[in-house]
Order: sequence, then C-alpha cells, then structure tokens
Amino acid sequence: MKRILSLVFVIVVLFSVGFVYAAETLNGAGATFPYPVYSAWAYEYYKQTGVRLNYQSIGSGGGVRQIINRTVDFGASDAPLKPERLQKEKLLQFPTVIGGVVLIVNIPKVKPAELRLDAEAVCKIFLGQINTWDDKKIKELNPSIKLPNKKVTVIHRSDGSGTTAIFTTYLSDACAAWKEKVGAGKAVKWPVGIGAKGNEGVANYVKRVKYSIGYVEFAYAKQNRLTYTLLKNPAGNFVEPKFETFQDAAASGSFDPDKHFYLWLTNAPGKKAWPISGATFILLAKEKRDSNIKTVRFFDWAFKNGDEIAERLIYVPLPEPLKEKVRGYWRRYGIY
Amino acid sequence: MPGFLKRDPLDFLFSLITAVASLSVIVLIGGILYVLVSESSLSIKKFGILQFILSTEWDPVREVFGAASTLFGTLVTTVLSLLFAVPVAVGIAIFITEIAPNPLKGPIGTAVELLAAIPSIIYGMWGLFTLAPIMANYIEPALQSTVGRMPIVGRLFEGTPMGIDLLTASVILSIMIIPFTASIARDAFNLTPSIVKESAYAVGATKWEVIKDVVLPYSKLGVFGGVVLSLGRALGETMAVAFVLGNKHQITGSLLDAAATITVSLANEFTEADSDIYLSSLYYLALILFLLSFVTLAISKLFLLKAERRYSR
Repeated sequence: MKRILSLVFVIVVLFSVGFVYAAETLNGAGATFPYPVYSAWAYEYYKQTGVRLNYQSIGSGGGVRQIINRTVDFGASDAPLKPERLQKEKLLQFPTVIGGVVLIVNIPKVKPAELRLDAEAVCKIFLGQINTWDDKKIKELNPSIKLPNKKVTVIHRSDGSGTTAIFTTYLSDACAAWKEKVGAGKAVKWPVGIGAKGNEGVANYVKRVKYSIGYVEFAYAKQNRLTYTLLKNPAGNFVEPKFETFQDAAASGSFDPDKHFYLWLTNAPGKKAWPISGATFILLAKEKRDSNIKTVRFFDWAFKNGDEIAERLIYVPLPEPLKEKVRGYWRRYGIY
Repeated sequence: MPGFLKRDPLDFLFSLITAVASLSVIVLIGGILYVLVSESSLSIKKFGILQFILSTEWDPVREVFGAASTLFGTLVTTVLSLLFAVPVAVGIAIFITEIAPNPLKGPIGTAVELLAAIPSIIYGMWGLFTLAPIMANYIEPALQSTVGRMPIVGRLFEGTPMGIDLLTASVILSIMIIPFTASIARDAFNLTPSIVKESAYAVGATKWEVIKDVVLPYSKLGVFGGVVLSLGRALGETMAVAFVLGNKHQITGSLLDAAATITVSLANEFTEADSDIYLSSLYYLALILFLLSFVTLAISKLFLLKAERRYSR
C-alpha cells in the first residue's frame, strides 16, 4: 500500500512540474547544502525579474545524474567533478559559495574556540590511535587546558554527504595513514566511532555524549552555538572558523578555469585560511546555450546582489577576484 | 466469460474499469521489479549473487560492496522486534477479546490502532531524541549490570551503551508492529465459535484454561499469519530505524553496537551515491529486500488462507 501511494505521489509531482514549466522558470536540482541560500536568492530574483527558480535539493549525487541525463537546466554538487568526467559528460562547472566543516567537541569546561588541534591529532583521533583526551599529542597542543583522562568518542555521519567528502578529503590530504586505510568520499568505512544521520544527528550526539568529538557544517555549528575547535593550518597558524578564514581559504586556493575550477579547498596555503573549506558547484550542460545564459544571469545577479543574503544565512560568498575568474569562464564559453 | 459480454454496455464499462485498475497494480509491480533488476545488473555482473550476499565488505571509497552486513542487521532487528512485539500484541488481543469489560474494549482497540497511524518518521525522531538517551542512560547500563554479567548471554551486551544500536532500533520497530499483530490476532480470536468457549466455561474451565486450551489452539494459524505480516512490515520499515541504527556496515555480536539494515543503508546513502557501481549496489540491496518481503508476504497469505479454510468448514 505504502509503495503504491508513493508512486501515485511521484506521478502527481511529475505532472505538476510539467505545468510549472510553462512560466519562465529555471529548473535545478542537487546538493542540499546550498539549498537555503539558492532559495533565498531565488526569492529576491523572482521579485526583481519575474524569473522563477525551481531548485530541488535531492542531494549532490542526484544533481549530477539529473544534469547528465539533461532533465534539469543546472545541477548542483558539493563535490567538484574531475575535468575528465566533465569532458566526457559535456558539462561545465563553476563554484558559487564557500562552506566548510568544523570540529565540535563536548568536554566539560572547554569553551568554543578554545581547544587547539592540528591535522595529525584529528587524523589520529578519527583513526582511533588517540584514545583519551589527555593524550600527549593533544596536551602538547593545549598546554593551558586541563584535559581529562577520559575516552574519546568519535561521532561521524551515517549518511552519505558532501560534509563527509570535504572532511575526509582534508584527512587524506593531511595524513598518509588515513589516505591509505580509509580514503576520501561521501561515505567511507569509518575505523572507529558511531554514525549519526545528518548535521543535526551529529550535533545532537556530541551534545549528549560527554568527551565526544564530531564534525558538522560550519553554518550548522554557528547557528546552534556548538563548541567548535581551533585548527592549525598549513601556514602554521591556529585559526578559528569564521567568514574571514573561509574567505582567505577561497582566495588562496588555486581555482583554475582551465580545470573547470576543480579544487578541493582543503589545507589552502593562506595565512589565515581555515583548512577544511570547500566550494559548492553548479553544473551546466554545454550544448544548452539558451538555458545556460539564463542560469548564468541568475548567478551573476547573485554574485552582485547576493552576498548579504548569503552571509545572513552563514554562507561565505566567493571573494571578488574569484567571481571575476568565474565571469571570465562564462565569457569563454559564450554564455555571459 | 459469455455472461460478461451479455451485460449492458454501462455495466461492461464498469467491469472494464475495475479490471484495468487491478491490472495496473500488477503492471506496476512488474515495472518496479524490472527497474530494480535492470538498475542492479551492473552490480550483479561485478559481484555475482552468492558472493554479494556473503560478502561483509561495504567500502564506497574502494567500490567494494556486499550485502551480508545489511542482511544481518535486517534479520536481527526484525527477529528481535518480533520477539518483543508478539507477546505484547497477543496479550493485548486476549485482553480486548476475552477479558476487558465491554466499555473498555472500544477505547483500547482504537488506541492500539492509532499507534499504527503515527507516521514512521515521527517514531524515528522520537527514537533519536527521546528513546535513545533513555536506552543509553538507564536501560542499557541496567542490562549490562544484570544479564550482561552472565557468561554467554553477557556477550550480547558488551560495549559502551550509546543508544544508537540494534537494541534501540528493535524496540522502536516492535512498538511500530504491535498494532498490526494485535489487530490480526484479535480478529483471529474473534473467529473462535462462542459455543465452544461457552461449553468450556460450562464444564468449569477458568478463563486462563479457556484461552490456553480453546482460543489459542483455534486461532494459532491466524495469529501466525499476523506475525508474518508484521515481519514483512518490520523488514521494510525505514525511517523509524534510520536515525537510531548508525548505518555501520558490520556484523556484530553485541546488541549494543551500531549496525545497518537494507532500508537504513538505502535511506542514508541513496541520495549521495555518485558512482555507477555504488548506485547499482544499492539497487541490488533493494532488489534483495523486495524479494525477501515478497516471499514473507506470500507465506503469510498462504497461512491465512489455510486458517480461513479450516474455520469455514
């Protein structure tokens, strides 16, 4: 019965999508992470231009499949596609906003932005090689904090997610043992820890389980005032996750239009760069010039007018030089 | 068939519409099966059938997949939830049919059926935010310090109680399937001819004896059918357990460990599965679940039919 009902529902939805198509509408599908900012932009854009944006946050994997099958005007993905794959599927790709991942902990008396960690410590914690909070390695990084002799509980995502992809890319990047044993991806085989579904699941568990550590989306941590940590970046500085450090990561990252901006923004070289950042991307079908021009018009409008909206929703806008690079990329393919 | 044609056109049209409506269900099921098989063909080719079912490996990064761990989780949660639910459900059914005074029968029956009306996502959220902490802080430590100390059974309760585990998931599932089992058991009990019951009372049998020796033997097939029906429900339940099972692809000896069921893996991983073989393997899991549910439901129907035939005689 349940199966039948859901099928009927799908059919109804499909038909209604067909009707909406009549008005001037851009159809997009993909990543859940940028959904709030895209829909906030779309609301303003509709008020100003009368063009609707219909964005379905079905997940990055779904977004990539939909644009490959050419069923939408644009796809959205948290993970950049490799240039070879883009070539093969005849797609274009560019970044829109920056996000990132922060580590959150639950150690009584430790406040937000107090605990200092570096890539090696994080890697060893998530590999299960550091078991207690008073481990020598963590103590060395935090001489001023009295750390308890308690077992570390690792909380990770149980569902496939772009957040996990960025985080595991950071670990693979910074730590050879991780790369060899686990690797990077939206879902990985975790050596230790328990899985929780979604940012809210991880946050809930870290709040509840004493002496635990987990990772969540930056915006989520900020909105819910979670106890995030400082991280040491490749330049050797301990940085706090905030707009500035994410923008510095984006500015110092080597986004290359020739590679369709394929870049994992982890361990960016900037002095103040937050080491676990990442851009979220838009995918376009190369041959659909008319709809691409419309899509690009929307994102160009967002680049010009959308920074404030993005920051209000705790997304980090692209730095100005990177926006110019993206515009150059559009020009090159004749869609700007 | 000739009678079918002789009827007046309107009647014929009406029959035709109903026939099309019923046939469309069969077409739909065929279509679903076709999609599942064709989408999973890549994975079937790569991993085979027996190897896929027996392999415990599930590593999306290295693109090696197997169903053993999720099948394990599916079977353990299903069996455990039935163990918890069936005694309670049968108890409810006995109380409603035989013991409760008439004014109580209606309200209790409705309350039990209302349990079935709660959407499963609500069970899931309630499980994550309410039940899991209770399990982790009170019930699981209590279990560990009592039965956990016993020699062999104790192994089932090893590990740190976190509330995200097989036990919590099974408890939630059992709450979900109680109304199904209870209402089918109640109907089965009601089928016991009252003459037989009254005769038993007349020769001096107590309530317990009547239930034990008359009602239960009379209705056991019906109750069994209900149990298998709930089994099908427990096999396919997704959202209620997606939050509290941890989606960890492992075969574990402890009930206090995270695990994964087929439905939980699908709910957690389907949207972000990006490589073809990953997606295909998830479809493969779905196909296995489809066949599993199909077979259990077929068996339950068979039992119910048998039971009905016996009573109608």
